[in-house]
Amino acid sequence: METRGTRFSLAVWAAAVVFFLWFPLVLICLYAFNSSNIQSWPIAGFTLHWFSVAWHDTEARSALWLSLEAALLATSVALVLGTMAAFAVSRFRFFGRDVVSFIVVLPIALPGVITGIALASFFSFGTITFSLWTIVVGHATFCIVVVYNNVVARLRRTQTSLMEASMDLGADGWQTFRYVTFPVVSTALISGALLAFALSFDEVIVTTFTAGAQNTLPLWIFGNIRLGQQLPEVNAVVFVIIAATVLPVTIAQRLTSDTGILRRT
Amino acid sequence: MRNVGRRRAGWAAFAALAASLAFVAAGCGGSSSSSKGGTTAAGGGPNLPQSIGKGEGKLSLVAWEGYAQPQWVKPFEQQTGCKVSRKYAGSSDEMVTLMRSGAGYDLVSASGDASLRLISGGDVQAVNPALIPDYANFIPALKSPPHNTVKGVHYGISLQWGPNTLLYNTKSVSPAPTSWKVLYEPTYKGKITVPDNPIQIADAALYLMKAQPDLKITDPYELNQAQFDAAVKLLKQQKPLVKKYWALASDEIDLFKNGDAVIGASWPYQTNTLIAAKAPVKDMIPSEGATGWADTWMLAKGSKHPNCAYEWMKWVSTPKVQAQQAIYFGETPANTKACAEMDKLSKGSCAQYHGDAPASYFNSIKFWKTPVADCGNGKTDCMDYNAWQKAWTEIKG
Amino acid sequence: MNNATYRTIALRTIGIAALVTLTDALIAFPFAYYMARLASRRTRTLLFVLVLLPLWSSYLARIYAWRLILAHDGALNWSLAKLGLPTTGVAYTNTAMWIVFSYVWLPFMILPVYAALERIPDSYVEASRDLGAKGWTTFRRVVLPLALPGVVAGSIFTFSLTLGDYITPTLVGNTQFIGNVVYRNVLGLSHDLPFAAAYATIPLLVMGVYLTLAKRAGAFEAL
Repeated sequence: METRGTRFSLAVWAAAVVFFLWFPLVLICLYAFNSSNIQSWPIAGFTLHWFSVAWHDTEARSALWLSLEAALLATSVALVLGTMAAFAVSRFRFFGRDVVSFIVVLPIALPGVITGIALASFFSFGTITFSLWTIVVGHATFCIVVVYNNVVARLRRTQTSLMEASMDLGADGWQTFRYVTFPVVSTALISGALLAFALSFDEVIVTTFTAGAQNTLPLWIFGNIRLGQQLPEVNAVVFVIIAATVLPVTIAQRLTSDTGILRRT
Repeated sequence: MRNVGRRRAGWAAFAALAASLAFVAAGCGGSSSSSKGGTTAAGGGPNLPQSIGKGEGKLSLVAWEGYAQPQWVKPFEQQTGCKVSRKYAGSSDEMVTLMRSGAGYDLVSASGDASLRLISGGDVQAVNPALIPDYANFIPALKSPPHNTVKGVHYGISLQWGPNTLLYNTKSVSPAPTSWKVLYEPTYKGKITVPDNPIQIADAALYLMKAQPDLKITDPYELNQAQFDAAVKLLKQQKPLVKKYWALASDEIDLFKNGDAVIGASWPYQTNTLIAAKAPVKDMIPSEGATGWADTWMLAKGSKHPNCAYEWMKWVSTPKVQAQQAIYFGETPANTKACAEMDKLSKGSCAQYHGDAPASYFNSIKFWKTPVADCGNGKTDCMDYNAWQKAWTEIKG
Repeated sequence: MNNATYRTIALRTIGIAALVTLTDALIAFPFAYYMARLASRRTRTLLFVLVLLPLWSSYLARIYAWRLILAHDGALNWSLAKLGLPTTGVAYTNTAMWIVFSYVWLPFMILPVYAALERIPDSYVEASRDLGAKGWTTFRRVVLPLALPGVVAGSIFTFSLTLGDYITPTLVGNTQFIGNVVYRNVLGLSHDLPFAAAYATIPLLVMGVYLTLAKRAGAFEAL
């Protein structure tokens, strides 16, 4: 339906948006090789020194591990609770159904500084010591929404008749789940989990209030930005993370672009 | 049906909002009750340890940028087995906030305007200076200073001290400045940076002490309404001249390095970092004198790693570490024995950072302290810190 | 609350959040449209990855990169000078905050808009064309109404993320946001606790109203 002119301008627009999104990332990568410890434009010289600094930095390493642990746990919690909520809301009619969908969505709409302070107050009110688990709880609040949304959207597009047909053909509840429902939602779960992981891995504001004395990777990065002494080291770490995520994100995207047994009609 | 559902969702949202508010309110209540508890404990007399036990393997610090550098953290970790985690703060307000967040930090490098707030808030506990061998070598003024010793009870071990300086770009600023006046005049409009910190009102008051003697300001931290209003008015006039109120030490470093600022109020830390990166900058103490800081490592109440904390206080008081930090940050050590070490590390650095200066130099710096209603001269009409904070929010806008 | 300063801060926060949301919607819509309806399967996967990857690279590092780009002697002015154009002074202004916020939250707008557009069955568009509608009419009468919930869903992210941020204003701006005032006052610093708590409710109330409207627009189905 689009004219050639429209198609062309839209393609140009898309290229411009990609440039906008990636120009700062390219700079981040470039600054990782800066020979001066203070960042200015253009970079003072080329060095690989900061990669070795980052590699030997035990603080950076333990921050990275903590972030990975927190993101994995928060994503797991989100997968279980988010999927359950999604099934409950889309498959059953029950008292307070609308309320559930509203409550699940609410945390992502709450401003981070409020969520953070509310959680911190709640933890210290209940004399809960800050630990990995307080970080996980803080992150799970908004990770659940992401999984929930993906699964709910997929289930909404799946006709209930699909499951009914399976039952009619003599499959029991488990078989229907195993051979019909799960294949339908599996790709939605992957893309939901991926986004949830990314959100948790990079979260700063809520984490500031729930991490206690330990540093996640974003908090370590903030500490280094404050210090202004070892900035290219931060860039080196971010460079490695970008490089390490290209492949998994691409593969996951390949997998999930296919909606499984459902096709666009 | 849909309408009913919608209305119910509305109520749910309301309930959720109310619940979050309750948490926020609970947090506020929590902190105020903890301050009551703290005061009684302090009055009840401290129960001090008589020796340093085995380290707990961990230590978490709240520190000024540059106060926990690998040069002296690494050897400490190897020696004591206490693994150090650090969180940096760029203002005393932030330090107090972090210590009250319930996050479980062990030590904080509090300046004079945070230390008394932490003591009266019951956020820190008494320490035993007898466990710190180098305490005996401290300059007399920092053995039991009023900002960390209350009624003979020590709430921490003094660390380092120094002045806030005037930093300028030697290429763009000429002639070289001699007065703080340059920060309040339009000569360098849009190229000025000052700290984002309510205590900055004292810097304006310090300038007014000389510039407007009829205000009769005697102490920049003890200001009555008229004096306070004059300082705030000066800062409001300054606002359009300011490119950025710096909140992180790196803000100022970037501002100078990238040409956004050519003159500003600074710490020696930024000067040293910029000079190391070959930026054309210099700092100086203007004719009006300077505000400054005297820092103390304070032990958090309920710290889970007190032995590591004592080991740390012991370690950073030794002449070598004192010298390392003094040169790195550009400040003056509390330990008199550090002077020789400083010269060993970098020739002439002891004199450069006033390690051998007489007591009169120490007394010339107006050290940060928390403003209170009691003016110290029998009057109680001075503006307290709450008023300072409010005024600062209004100045920044 | 009657104080003009605090009113200015609240209005500034809400104003910039609204502006960022509008900007992101305008940038994201044509992009998502291209991605969902015009791009080949391979290009679509590629674009998707290019939008998702920035979410994996530290938000702080990206903001910091912008600070270097917009600085007086930064990459932007450097490029402008090379092209013989006048340089800008946007560093540490509200404009800088607007640009950086729009940048960091853009993927959160693109994803739901894309999802909404991709969900529109081709048959609807074909039917509209068969019934004689021109391209623009089909877009306005069929595509836009069906994609709108996606835009509203994206706006929940961009609006609330901007509303609750206090780090970006510290790093790239020179003025305060609601979050800065809340952060400074709530955690036991201020003696005026009722005020701090009341101030913290402003973003809550704003989001409450926003969510209620968003639900009406059917955005929850499109999140």
